[in-house]
Amino acid sequence: MLSTERLTINIGPQHPSAHGGLHVEAVLDGEVVLDAIPHVGYVHRSVEKIAESRTYAQFVPYTARLDYLGTHLPVIGYVQTVEKLAGIEVPERAEYIRIIMGELSRIASHQLFIGSLAIDLGATTGLLYCMRDRERIMDMFEMTSGQRLLAAYMRIGGIAEDLPAEFIPAVRSFVRDIPKMIKEYQGLLYGNEIFQARLKGIGKLSAEDAIAYGVTGPNLRACGIDYDIRKAEPYGIYDRFDFEVPVGSKGDAWDRLMVRNEEIIQSGRIIEQALEQMPEGEIQAKVPRVLKPEKGKSVYHRIEGAKGELGYYIVSDGGEKPYRLHVRAPSFVNLMALPLVSRGGLLQDIIVNIATLDPVLGEADR
Amino acid sequence: MSTQQAVFEDISKTWGDQIEVLEDQYFEGVKVPCKILPEIFQKLRDEHGFNYLANITAVDFQDRFELVYHIYSIPGNRKLLVKADVDHDQPLAPSAVAIWPTADWQEREVFDLMGIRFEGHPNLQRILLPDEFEGHPLRKDFSMKG
Amino acid sequence: MAVDLNKVTNDTELLHKNNILVTTLEKMWDWGRSWSFWPLNYGCNCCPIEMLAASAARFDIARYGYEVFRASPRQADLIIVAGPVTLKMKPILERVWAQMPEPKWVLAMGNCATSGGPFKDGYSILPGCDTVVPVDVYVPGCPPRPEALFHGLLELKKKVASGQYTHRR
Repeated sequence: MLSTERLTINIGPQHPSAHGGLHVEAVLDGEVVLDAIPHVGYVHRSVEKIAESRTYAQFVPYTARLDYLGTHLPVIGYVQTVEKLAGIEVPERAEYIRIIMGELSRIASHQLFIGSLAIDLGATTGLLYCMRDRERIMDMFEMTSGQRLLAAYMRIGGIAEDLPAEFIPAVRSFVRDIPKMIKEYQGLLYGNEIFQARLKGIGKLSAEDAIAYGVTGPNLRACGIDYDIRKAEPYGIYDRFDFEVPVGSKGDAWDRLMVRNEEIIQSGRIIEQALEQMPEGEIQAKVPRVLKPEKGKSVYHRIEGAKGELGYYIVSDGGEKPYRLHVRAPSFVNLMALPLVSRGGLLQDIIVNIATLDPVLGEADR
Repeated sequence: MSTQQAVFEDISKTWGDQIEVLEDQYFEGVKVPCKILPEIFQKLRDEHGFNYLANITAVDFQDRFELVYHIYSIPGNRKLLVKADVDHDQPLAPSAVAIWPTADWQEREVFDLMGIRFEGHPNLQRILLPDEFEGHPLRKDFSMKG
Repeated sequence: MAVDLNKVTNDTELLHKNNILVTTLEKMWDWGRSWSFWPLNYGCNCCPIEMLAASAARFDIARYGYEVFRASPRQADLIIVAGPVTLKMKPILERVWAQMPEPKWVLAMGNCATSGGPFKDGYSILPGCDTVVPVDVYVPGCPPRPEALFHGLLELKKKVASGQYTHRR
């Protein structure tokens, strides 16, 4: 009937839904996608090399600039790795505060996921609702650390400063409002016919492919695999909390959205429990002024970041600066699944797939 | 489902004194010669359920490179570290892409930043730096000119 | 264009008093342009998140008239370089800048765009976007708050309204 042509077009890196500088080379036959090859490296800031010329404490702010949407999570991962390397034990109160900050960061990241998914599909109002709710979390971060977005609030051995008086009531009121917030997103976005048609059945990723390609985090759980590092290999004090891990079934874009939606609710539960259990006490362990871990020791520590498994591998040579620091970035590995889920779909679905795989290019490129 | 003990026994039995067991309080592992990596990976994946390769990285120790693999078994909830030395002047290692497709971009990154070539990789090109960049920045002899 | 009618001292202002406006066309266009920049959707890294927050409901860039973010460089006149310029991104930025029609302006947002920021001694970052495009306003910060971005935009507005911007044919 109508003849089509084979065409190669470039999406990004300057693009409204580029998520920070992702370049996708789409090979199309008409509107059907034959291949969607992602190219990264547009935000490569040589963080791993810079780490070799900074002391362990000086490197803390750089980690915040990796996954900048999950504000505190990458920092927590880094300081926990150094604490493992140097054998430092963190006080109880600091552990609880880290849990609260980490889970608030997870909620903030997922809120922006929902907002940017909405705007990528054309529902621009969705972004405004999500940003409004996210601002409450930004306020809480500003109360404690002075910074909204890239707070280097964690220190090796604990926390920089104790919580101010107005923080706990603010967190309690936010956690109480989470069900109302989700109901609003339900009414505004999830119930919408067009939204559902754009997401249901799109971008299916099978469980075997997901594991083989190293996809982790909510993307893996959407395929039906119940694997969350907070439960599989608990770090910090996650084993003291009672929470569920939402798991999808079909591995399509809709499941990826629903898993993250449910994770917001579960993070709220964890925060509530942490607020109840949190003791008074010290917030910083005794750490030498210049930290020099044992020579020849190497540690790999991983946490459940907002996007998946965020790991740090540090090799020490006995000096005050790391000999080698490697960041295992979940977004870098998750992006390998983009061609798999996009092949055979339509051009418009590439945007949906990028948005639901939720890459953060600062983390992918380091 | 095999236990961690059974994994170590099996590997030691098959490759004997080529294997060096690494003692570490956080991550047990083995150090193996580079050339038997594909066989070890095949055995780990097919017989012991290590289906998830989390991380590949490399360290430049100036007289040698050390490749580091962190491998997990999701059904058995176990983990294993595999290290291998690579020659510094002619850095060549076998690729793991055929066993775990996730090695694709991770090996490209190691090639891009460290300069280790992987034999059998379908598309070994730079990934984070522009194609015309000269040198491999994470090597210790690469100076940052800023 | 409010004029204090009690302090009229020269001819132009006398004319204003009698509701007669005297200006050049160029000044009129500059005045119009300064009140409604159309920024380009460009950014890598953390600074665009603050730019996004600035365009959301709480900080509301729309009250200044700058909410019309255009996806295509052909339709934009302001490029807010938010984030570092890496070696790989340099040709993209050059191309996008070349595709924007005149008159056009650049606002360098954040420490990375201003000078390379915390990554200055890296091997893959350019020391500031002014090595690639001519910058009109620098907004430092890591990342700058939305209010700081607004301050930068208002400074740019003053610059454009007075006709003194960097990239002028």
